[in-house]
Amino acid sequence: MSARNLVIVLALAGLVALLALVPSVANGYQLSLAINIMNYTVLATAWTLFSGPTRYVSLATVAFFGIGAYTVAVLGEVLAWPLVLLIAFVIGFMLSLLVGLSTLRLSGVYFVIFTFGLAELVRQLVTWYEVNVTRTLGRYVFVDITTEQIYWQLLALAVAVFISGWLIQRSKLGLALRVIGDDEAVARHVGINTTMAKVVLFAFSASFMTLAGAVMAPRWTYIDPAIAFNPVVSFQVLIMALLGGVHRLYGPVFGVIPLALLFEFLLAKFPNHFSIMVGIAFLLIVYAIPRGIVGLIEGAQLSLHRLKGAKA
Amino acid sequence: MFTEPLLSGITLGGIYALIAMGLTLQYGVARIMNLSYGESLVAASFAALWLFTAVSVNPLVGLLIIVPLAALINWLIYQVLLTPLVRRAANRDALEVDSILATFGLLFVAQGIMLAIFGGNYFSYDFLSIPVKIFGATVSASRLLALGFAVIIGLTLYLGLTRTRAGTAIRAVAVDPVSALLVAIDVRATAAFAYALGGALVAAGGVLVSMFLTFNASLGVVFTMKALIVVIMGGVGNLLGCLIAGMILGLTETFVATYIDPGLTLAATYIIFILVLLLRPQGLFGVKRS
Repeated sequence: MSARNLVIVLALAGLVALLALVPSVANGYQLSLAINIMNYTVLATAWTLFSGPTRYVSLATVAFFGIGAYTVAVLGEVLAWPLVLLIAFVIGFMLSLLVGLSTLRLSGVYFVIFTFGLAELVRQLVTWYEVNVTRTLGRYVFVDITTEQIYWQLLALAVAVFISGWLIQRSKLGLALRVIGDDEAVARHVGINTTMAKVVLFAFSASFMTLAGAVMAPRWTYIDPAIAFNPVVSFQVLIMALLGGVHRLYGPVFGVIPLALLFEFLLAKFPNHFSIMVGIAFLLIVYAIPRGIVGLIEGAQLSLHRLKGAKA
Repeated sequence: MFTEPLLSGITLGGIYALIAMGLTLQYGVARIMNLSYGESLVAASFAALWLFTAVSVNPLVGLLIIVPLAALINWLIYQVLLTPLVRRAANRDALEVDSILATFGLLFVAQGIMLAIFGGNYFSYDFLSIPVKIFGATVSASRLLALGFAVIIGLTLYLGLTRTRAGTAIRAVAVDPVSALLVAIDVRATAAFAYALGGALVAAGGVLVSMFLTFNASLGVVFTMKALIVVIMGGVGNLLGCLIAGMILGLTETFVATYIDPGLTLAATYIIFILVLLLRPQGLFGVKRS
């Protein structure tokens, strides 16, 4: 490991340690804001893990997130916490495999369409099951998890997403994905099993989203399908990732922080016009900064570099 | 007992086919994957409701107002919002991703506006809900009327696309936009026209649906989903495919709702979708895209 890399690793470890101290200095409101930011960091980075390199737009974030939350609502009181998380992970993984295997061997548009309605499908199925089988629509979440613990779990999850993303990028799978993102036909011709690569990565990304939902569930004391599968969550994750920039794994963080604060403000000021405002913010991002903030910074660096080169 | 779901399945299927024809124009010709498509439908339903309850305009007369208006609005959306994306897109895939993102944003704006005006409640109005007996089954007159109008509109569209010069130009752009340029077709104007025509069709579908179904401001996603599945099942750009796939979907839904459970219709839709993806992703009548 070179000296430069060692410094980067130490700096990142220090950053994580600092972030872990947030609950001891923050008040209740600040901590809930920090939880919100951390949650969207996990979701948007997990989204980018798959959609960044492959350029397949997934609109199903909340389907997985909601499944995680619902698993906790159903099993939270019955089983030990790590076991509940494990079960949520397994369910998310199986569902994403099903989605991936049926759509990802085809062109990207089928995947988008499938994910577009997936949250609504899961919501209706859960509603149907609750109404007809258990006869209770809406559940209370009683688990012994404090707000601080939620924050630390989300932080751990965020670290896990970044480390797996970094490892994947350095692996053969990461190389395969970059080829697929550039040109899928070429990828197939050089002998990459494109379907397998995409399915594995999608399952990874979706499992992290499911875990985030499970960890977040104790934040609500009451859950029903409309709360757990709220489509605005998928939309917000997509906006945050796009604003930050999806061609770098750390890109979404640059979108999550400003937008989480903005949405907090909008939700307080304009509760009835929230989705209009978010929609307009999203359109502005799609038209004005298609490569995100990270793309803007990199573009500026590049032109600065050229300018220096021209002078010399 | 069997003819009743059969008849309502056919009416629903006819409407689905009509809605999907509009989407196949927008996607097949203008190459815009429009995720806010269902919102246009719900907006037209609300417009019909408002005309009927506030100004007591008959929904059939309402069609004459709402459909041209929807065509105009969609034409403007294409010119103002989508043309920049068409210009900056390097290839078809890039446009697909950009249009998905832009129309996804549009979906939330449109849905938010309707939620702010009408709230989240379900709406319906009482128009021609007279029971009519056919083959021993009872159907409401408004359903039959909706089916009749769907058939007329669908037939007109089919004849227009196959028998007129403008229709031929539209089909040429659908097949190959580059070669269409070579025979002096203004591809961008044709795409804008097809997009507007698609918007007009979905608005007609929305008015017809509002005559016999209850609807609310957040129902758009479900209609978009169904229209997309019908388009894929029928094969992109294929009108006859839309008709047959729409019927399959309408009948399946009605039979599932009647004999199994009304809460499982979307699940049935998805099962059809998965079967199509696994067995025939190019659609029943589609040709494989190389």
